[in-house]
Amino acid sequence: MMLLNVDNLNVHFHTRAGVMKAVDGVSFSVDHGEILAIVGESGSGKSVTCYSLLNLIPQPPGKIESGIALFEGRDLLSMQPDTLRRIRGNEIGIIFQDPMTSLNPYLTVGEQLIEPLLYHRNLNRQQALKRAVTMLDEVGIADPETRIHNYPHEFSGGMRQRVMIAMAMIAEPKLLICDEPTTALDVTIQAQILSLIKALQKRRIIAVIFISHDLAVVASLADRVAVMKEGRIVETGPVDDIFQKPRSGYTRTLLASIPSGSKPHPSQPSDQPLLLIDRLTTCFADNSGGWLSRQKADKKAVNEVSLTIQRGEILGLVGESGSGKSTLGRSILQLVPVTSGTVIFDGTDLVGLRQKRMTPLRRRMQMIFQDPYASLNPRMTVFDCLAEPLLYHGLATRKTVTAQVLALMDDVGLARAAIRKYPHEFSGGQRQRIAIGRAIATKPELIIADEPVSALDVTIQAQILVLILALVEKHNLTMLFISHDLSVVRYIADRIAVMHHGELVEIAETETLFANPGHDYSRKLLSAIPALSTNPTLSTRPPTKLV
Amino acid sequence: MLRFILSRLLQAIPVLLVVITATFLLVRCAPGGPFSAEKAVPPEVVRALEAQYRLDQPIWQQYLSYLGDLAHGEFGPSFRYPGRTVNELIAGGLPITAELAFYAMLVAILIGVCAGVIAALRPNTPQDYLPMSAAMLGICMPSFLMGPLLVLVFGIWLEWLPVSGWGELAGDKILPAITLGTGYAAYIARLSRGGMLEVMTQDYIRTARAKGLPERVVVLKHALRGGLIPVVAFLGPAFAGLLSGSFVVETIFQIPGLGRFYVQAAFNRDYTMILGTTVFFATLIVLFNLLSDIVAVWINPKLRHQLSRSR
Repeated sequence: MMLLNVDNLNVHFHTRAGVMKAVDGVSFSVDHGEILAIVGESGSGKSVTCYSLLNLIPQPPGKIESGIALFEGRDLLSMQPDTLRRIRGNEIGIIFQDPMTSLNPYLTVGEQLIEPLLYHRNLNRQQALKRAVTMLDEVGIADPETRIHNYPHEFSGGMRQRVMIAMAMIAEPKLLICDEPTTALDVTIQAQILSLIKALQKRRIIAVIFISHDLAVVASLADRVAVMKEGRIVETGPVDDIFQKPRSGYTRTLLASIPSGSKPHPSQPSDQPLLLIDRLTTCFADNSGGWLSRQKADKKAVNEVSLTIQRGEILGLVGESGSGKSTLGRSILQLVPVTSGTVIFDGTDLVGLRQKRMTPLRRRMQMIFQDPYASLNPRMTVFDCLAEPLLYHGLATRKTVTAQVLALMDDVGLARAAIRKYPHEFSGGQRQRIAIGRAIATKPELIIADEPVSALDVTIQAQILVLILALVEKHNLTMLFISHDLSVVRYIADRIAVMHHGELVEIAETETLFANPGHDYSRKLLSAIPALSTNPTLSTRPPTKLV
Repeated sequence: MLRFILSRLLQAIPVLLVVITATFLLVRCAPGGPFSAEKAVPPEVVRALEAQYRLDQPIWQQYLSYLGDLAHGEFGPSFRYPGRTVNELIAGGLPITAELAFYAMLVAILIGVCAGVIAALRPNTPQDYLPMSAAMLGICMPSFLMGPLLVLVFGIWLEWLPVSGWGELAGDKILPAITLGTGYAAYIARLSRGGMLEVMTQDYIRTARAKGLPERVVVLKHALRGGLIPVVAFLGPAFAGLLSGSFVVETIFQIPGLGRFYVQAAFNRDYTMILGTTVFFATLIVLFNLLSDIVAVWINPKLRHQLSRSR
């Protein structure tokens, strides 16, 4: 008998806009000791499917309309709430996506860890705490006796996810549901967490449902894969079949959307440098000593970085969160106060430049931000958003502005009819098109793109990357492309700069860096990327490639 | 922590100076004076009185000597209660007002938090609408209407509770405490509903449920702490407000508290009494705000940690 057998699950969300079929007739099964991966883009219903099993979806608006989910022969969907409660955290454990928000900030991790034992195993606090210390040790947290009394904010993201894993595993469940457990983490931490999950799964011989949008992560982990789209499972099969002979068109699209290899047409950078950065340093007041303490040390977010960007070049800037890559981008545009060093843009040093002389230069340098949901003003229509820079910099008059905005919308692939719409009426990918349109409106020479595709699904990401490459070529742009995703950077950049702890550790031609990384940290970063098994359907992919 | 408290106390000094100066000037702008009465008083008597209370001096001199007295903690003599100082009058009225405010606070927290939490657990259902409509009513209804209504129902029709007094008959403290507390209860209910609603959608509440905790534990252990932070931040100002705003209730129920002295002092142009009570209340408000800030920091482990490190 299968451990879990889900048959024809239907979950609908009843909203004002109508009924949304989040899960539409989904059936799958998980065997003892097996890892099943559910893959899909955002909104495909993969998380809702798993949350519904434990009745964790918000109701209303969600409603489980029909279906059967037999867990060891008992139907999870029709059992009494109290019986289901005894299964949650006891026989089925869950790890959530964001370890920053999934732990209670007001309770120590020890207090949160022991709860499953107190309520499911009837241990007393002493016994439970002892067990919790062992468990923390098992998931790789050093000095567990002391750490158990700490609060979640005293742990880093990766460490918090280890705590989450310990908490899900402490009552020794038979099934572990992992909902994008590494999406919020850096690539090197992701590798550690994935191997931890795999090791625990092997040791305890438990079944795992692993939800992810990232095919590469799944490839190295899962036994079987289910691909979801718009609430339905479009394909299920052993992991090798999914990657090597995908039957459904959607699976093939997903696989093809993964940025692979270097970019199709390498740009032809000229020999004239557009941007010359010399020993640029940006410090932030370090408040980690407490907001009341007197001795405020300065934290060097960017430490003596020197680099040159040639006209027409795309320079990729990679590094983990906190490495200072975004701060470097902002420092170049003088959006944060620079501590020392020079930033020479087309012959003018921007550091300490007066507002009056900076304004005309701003037109020539633009920025694209990561989150298309947060960086567009929700009260401005597409027209307002694109017309503002044109009018402000005097590039258009009231008469010509509409025509220019429409031309911009054509450029970035937005339907002309959408000109009066507000940002919330667009999808994430379309919003990022608006943001790109806003950035290129002033005919800039330099664009700093700060993680422009990391908030997007992989198929949308592929479209936006193609758009960026086309625009760079058409408008002869120079770009600093900041990303944590090495395969994206490899696809788009001519050269790559690697940042670590605020310092520039390596800068090299893209393929040189991938073939022969010069710095230890670059090597570590490259080896941490989850490898997709060699794939004959993607013939453009070189065999030794890391994705 | 000590530095934080000290700096906040230092910041309070300019605030209090502004309050003192403004009150000092304002009471003197009001027509009439402490010794103007309906029947004519011989001008030499008035002059003698004014000389005794230094009212014949130029106003800036009066101001400076008042500040000097304040620095020694002296509020000066009352103009209308001869032979008694403002300090004595405040000391006499304060315990009663403080007791009333304390009971009112209990009423406000008990009713407010319960109603707010219950409403937040089932948002947009009758279980939410009923307490929240009652809260709206509580906020809208002034205490000079609420008090007499309660007296009418419980004191006169049902004859369950005494209609006025303080500490004389059994149960005579109940109606004043409820009258004073309901407005704040309503406000606290809305604050705790808002706070709880926000917390209940947090990821860590889902985590708590996923661990198989009973709903009671999810709400009381995991949600309440975060959900009540807005309430805690409000308690300090609320208590100060209860103390200084008790005069209506004290008047309705004939309670000899500080609030009644305050109002009478204003009618009587009892300059030192008005000033003294105002400064006293202002100091209380500053102190209670500071207190609730400290508590709000203390219940948040992230901030508490920083406090203890800076010690």
